Parts: sequence; structure tokens; C-alpha cells
Amino acid sequence: MKISYNAIAQLLIALLVIFVICILINNLTLNLIKTGLGFSFAWLFRPASFALAEHPLPYSPSDSYAWALFIGWLNSLKVIFYSLLLATLIGTCVGLFRVGKNALLRIVSAGYIAIIRQTPLLLQLMFWYFVAILGIKETITSPIGDLLSISNQGTNFLGIKLSAEFTSLLIGLSVFTSAYIAEVVRGGINSVQKGQWESFRSLGLRESTGLYKIIIPQALPAILPGLTSQYLNLAKNSTLAIAVGYSDIYAINDTIINQTGRPIEGFIILLLSFLFLNLLISNGMELLNSMITKSNNP
Amino acid sequence: MPPIIKATKLTKSYSKGIFALDNISISVEPGEVLVVMGPSGSGKSTLIRTFNGLETFDSGQLNVLGIPLESQNNEERNIRRIRKRVGMVFQQFNLFPHLSILDNITLAPIKVQKRKKMEAEQNALSLLSQMGIASHAKKYPSQLSGGEQQRVAIARALALKPELLLFDEPTSALDPERVNEVLDAMRRLAEQGMSMVVVTHEINFAKEVGDRILFMDSGKVIETSTPDIFFLNAKHERSRKFLNQIKNK
Ligand SMILES: Nc1ncnc2c1ncn2[C@@H]1O[C@H](COP(=O)(O)OP(=O)(O)O)[C@@H](O)[C@H]1O
Ligand SMILES: [Mg+2]
Repeated sequence: MKISYNAIAQLLIALLVIFVICILINNLTLNLIKTGLGFSFAWLFRPASFALAEHPLPYSPSDSYAWALFIGWLNSLKVIFYSLLLATLIGTCVGLFRVGKNALLRIVSAGYIAIIRQTPLLLQLMFWYFVAILGIKETITSPIGDLLSISNQGTNFLGIKLSAEFTSLLIGLSVFTSAYIAEVVRGGINSVQKGQWESFRSLGLRESTGLYKIIIPQALPAILPGLTSQYLNLAKNSTLAIAVGYSDIYAINDTIINQTGRPIEGFIILLLSFLFLNLLISNGMELLNSMITKSNNP
Repeated sequence: MPPIIKATKLTKSYSKGIFALDNISISVEPGEVLVVMGPSGSGKSTLIRTFNGLETFDSGQLNVLGIPLESQNNEERNIRRIRKRVGMVFQQFNLFPHLSILDNITLAPIKVQKRKKMEAEQNALSLLSQMGIASHAKKYPSQLSGGEQQRVAIARALALKPELLLFDEPTSALDPERVNEVLDAMRRLAEQGMSMVVVTHEINFAKEVGDRILFMDSGKVIETSTPDIFFLNAKHERSRKFLNQIKNK
């Protein structure tokens, strides 16, 4: 019987993986024994007894830990969802400026991308929270009356009140991610053959019509994978919410671990919530991708 | 009637010292078929692309259909006025791969000329049957052969009812057995009186369809002659050498 090197290599790798998992399980059990608490999720249904500044659903300190975690998860979802929309909007515009005909916009957008990609996100969040939002002395109102107003108490957008924490996290995450999305958009647009631009131009179409009807549909298949990975990054980066005091799932989980002294269960919950969140994002994008590929190659 | 294209002393240089267009003066009369020939890199594409503003130039005057083009920084609206009346066909077809054949053809009439969809589609179908490919209307570009794609590209250029057609080596990317179907379509357009500027190496087409041959080398016009003179009795040594080269291929 002939055994290939390949098969042997695979066997060795499998053994190694099993070995590492055994060590991890061993450590976990030892730690659980040391804390003397055992492995249990029963505490989830005890009252959390801490207050939450922001809760999309009714919440009071007498509610359970489980409910507090769910509120945290909703808060995460909320900031991720709106940041995702805003980042896509800004990123697409900046990316289009980057490849556009206007030289000034090209330079400004290149500078924007460079500055934002070269400073740490944590620093940017601190800036938006402590300098930009908390630093506001008087309420800034948009020219069109009560459409948008920002103060150091937060934002009022079309009558919807957003906290200062949420506002700075939203802006910070959106601005940061938008620089990466802009690069993804630029790459996608540059992947479309030059002949397509000449072709629509020679037909007398406007630049904007050509972009919308000809270039972007062909750039999308190249843009979507990069966009997905930026969305996943955004979701993971949202855990920096703790730095500006926004009660996302990570921040609430952190509080709970401190109160209950159950880090292992806490981390398992955190892991599962992010797994679920990211599966939601990647499956959504997969769906979008297949819809677009289908309409592109019928 | 005034000329369709009037170019005076056009120059253009992509890199210092090398001229893609070197002092070119030429005019194209209504109904004329001007064939542009010359070795690779002689500036044929650059010249034909300045005619619809795809390429800018450095100095000289250019007037297309009575509309003057500045050398640089033309207003987009001004260029579009020309492009609406001038069709262009490329070597690589450049059809829109994500649109059906019908949508490829109706896009500009609907968006640029604001024609009704029904009317634009009827016009597109009649153009496709003129080109002998009406049965492909619902297909996508990748499902067609090169020759068929190029005939779609011609139909697309015709959909705006242009007064001038520009062809940049329309058969150079085709399999040899597919060349004639495209040349025949172009021949019919010429017979209908369409004004055309055609960059091509097809000698028979140039002889039979061309009214004048413009021969270029290193960005310069070497000679402008009728096909009779150019192919039998070219005035310049450089032209004769070029003809020998392409005949021996
Ligand atoms: N986009 C460009 N950038 C720099 N040089 C170019 C560009 N396009 C063409 N050229 C140069 O200009 C000259 C003329 O090119 P072209 O008009 O394409 O010639 P032809 O169509 O006769 O082959 C060549 O020397 C070519 O290398
Ligand atoms: Mg060329």
C-alpha cells in the first residue's frame, strides 16, 4: 500500500490540533476548579442590579443578566447597523471622488483616506467623544431648523434623540471604516476596463449616468468581497464602544464578568453573540452578492 | 456644404519630443469615406479619438459638425453635443457586458435623446435586422461571436442617428473568417451616404469604399490620395514601403 506524504502530513496536523484542543480543555477545567464556581449559566437569570443609560427595549436594574446582555446585543446591533450605512455612504462618495475628474476632490479624498488609515481607531474615537462632541459649547443646529442638531448632550436627528456616546461611536466607526471602503470602491472601479468608459462617453452619456449604469454594476462583483470584510471589521471594532462609555454587548459583558466572577461563561456568550452577528453580516452580503451576480450573468 | 470635420495644424504629444499628432490638417466632406492608414504607433487612434473629444490636443484648431473643440478643458456639455451626433466603433467592440444586446443599443437613445422605450426598441430591432442579427436581441454580448458583437457595436453607434461614424480598426480583433461580415455592413453604410472616418489595414475595403486615403507616420500626414493613386502609384517612398509590408503579410 502506498501512503503519500500528503496523507501523513494531514494526519500529523490533525493530531497537533487535537493535542492543542486537549490542552485548552484541560486548562479550562483547571481554572473552573480553581474558581470553585463550577460551570453554570444559572446566574443568567438573577437580577443584574446595574443601570443602563441606553436601552432600546424597557430595562431596569431588577431585570436579569440575560436581559441586560440582550439589551447590550441590541445596542451593538444598532450602532453597527447605522455605522455600516453611514460608512458605506461616505466611503462610496470618497471612493468616487478618488477616481473622479475633479482634481481638487481627488486630492482632498486622498488626504482623507491617508490620515484616517494612519491613526489608531481608539484615538479617533477618543477625539470624537471627548473633543468633538463633549467639547461643544453651544448647540449646533443645521440650517434647516430641527432636521439635525448636535450638542454635548448628543444628537437630535429628525426628532430622534441619540446620546453623545452613541453619536461619537457612530461617527468614529463610520469615518474610520469609510476610508477603507473608499479604497475598496476605488479598486473595484479601476478593475473595470477603460474601454467601457470610452464606450459610454462616445455615446454622449453623462459621466454620472455612465457611472451609475455602466461602471458601478461592473465594479460591484469586485467591490462586494472587500466590502464584506470591512463590515466584519466594523462589527469587531464596535467593541471599542467601552472606551466612550456606550453600553454595547462587550461593555455589559465586562461589567457582568466583574460582578459574577464568571469570565469563562462570559466569554463564551460574547463569542457566540459575535459569531451570530458576523454570520448575519456575511450571509446578508452573500445573498446580495448572488443577487447581483445573477442579474449580471443571466 | 461646410466640412464635417475641419482640423488645422493639430499637434499632440504624450511625452516630450515625441509627437502623436504632428501638425495635422485635414477636412472630411459630407458623405465622404476617409480611410486612415499607417504603421502601428503612427497616431491613427489619437487622431480619430480627438474627433469626438475622447482625446485632447495641444495646439491647432478642430471643428466637428460646426462645433469648435478647444484643445483642453472643453466643457462636458460642448463635447456631449458632438458625441450625440458622432458614432464611434472600437477595435475591442466595448459592448456593455451586463446589458442585453437590446439594452446596449437603447441605452443612449433613452438616456441621451429621451426617446420612449418602445420607440427606441423598435428602432434597435430594425438596426439589428439591418445588421443581420435581429435574432440575438435578447442575448448578452458574451453569447455572440466577435463579428456579431462588432455588428451590435455598429448598430449601437447608429442608434443615435449620427451624422458621422468613426471606426478605429473595427476588424483587427476578429477571426479572419469574421472580417467580411463587418466590412460588408460598413460598405452598406457608405453606400447609403454616411460620412465615415475608418482606421483600417483592409486594403480591399480601402480601395473599394474609401474616397480618400490618409497615410500617417510618426504623427504626420505623409500623403492624402485617392485609392487609385495610393495603391498603384503612391507619391511617397514611405507609403510604398508600408504597402509592401502589409501586402506581404
Ligand atoms: N495614453 C497614452 N499615453 C502615452 N502615450 C500614448 C498613449 N496613447 C498613445 N500613445 C503614443 O502615441 C503614439 C500614437 O499612438 P496611437 O495613436 O495609438 O497610434 P496608432 O493608433 O496609429 O497605433 C504612440 O507613440 C503611442 O505610444
Ligand atoms: Mg490604434
